[in-house]
Amino acid sequence: MQTLDFLTQTAFCAVIGLTVLGAMIAVFPHNILYNVLGLALALSGIAGLYLFLGSFFIALMQLLIYVGAICIAIVFGIMLSRPLHQEVPKRAVPKVALGATACTMFFVAAVTVALKTDWRPSPGRGEDLSLWSVQRIGELLLTRYELVYEVISLVLLVAIIGAVVTAGFSRRLP
Amino acid sequence: MNHLSTYLIISALLFSLGLLGILQRRSLIGMLISVELLLNAANLNFMAFNCFLAPDPATGQIIALFVMGLAAAEVAIGLSIILALFRKMHSVNIELAQHLRG
Repeated sequence: MQTLDFLTQTAFCAVIGLTVLGAMIAVFPHNILYNVLGLALALSGIAGLYLFLGSFFIALMQLLIYVGAICIAIVFGIMLSRPLHQEVPKRAVPKVALGATACTMFFVAAVTVALKTDWRPSPGRGEDLSLWSVQRIGELLLTRYELVYEVISLVLLVAIIGAVVTAGFSRRLP
Repeated sequence: MNHLSTYLIISALLFSLGLLGILQRRSLIGMLISVELLLNAANLNFMAFNCFLAPDPATGQIIALFVMGLAAAEVAIGLSIILALFRKMHSVNIELAQHLRG
């Protein structure tokens, strides 16, 4: 039992480390391809975190949609444009310092709020965490959240048509 | 270890890294990657609150699914805009796109 606990803790720490490392790789290097690979690493780590949060379904969806579709789409975008890191001079130090300060302030504020607040479970919450199932999610999607579901599909349709139009019309410009 | 605050801190870290990327990258694709990080931080928050605090354990997962769908739409539009800008300016440097400045 203790070994199992230890293994779980180690896996949790490894997943957190993967996520943070991937996010750092996604932001800091200048080569854009490294950024995409780091993003894929971070997204896989977040899928692992979803597993620890008890949702196998969302973890699968994360791997399928984000790692499988969005990262590949971004790689296609890189393939069709010229990498930027060869042509741009370094950015001025004060701008970088200001940006870093703003982000650090946001991080400190968010962590303070997360630690100082007395989080309490909502009163109507049952103790049983295994109450949800994929079936229940499907039922909710088709009853309580049906309008949102339909609107999301409409948004996706409009976005895809808009993408085709934007990318297609730009070809005829001189 | 498996507490609510752990997840909140990870998500705050991801959000700050994404914010830093948006503020200091000049490549449009780099900014798109940072936006993905921001959306994922928000998603992680939704899932953590859903797991530890919410009354109905299915609601947060449905919201996470919606955010994923919106992120897919956003990437499609963003990539087509990047393609159009690249054909016009032959670069993905965001500082060159200033025709609307007046």
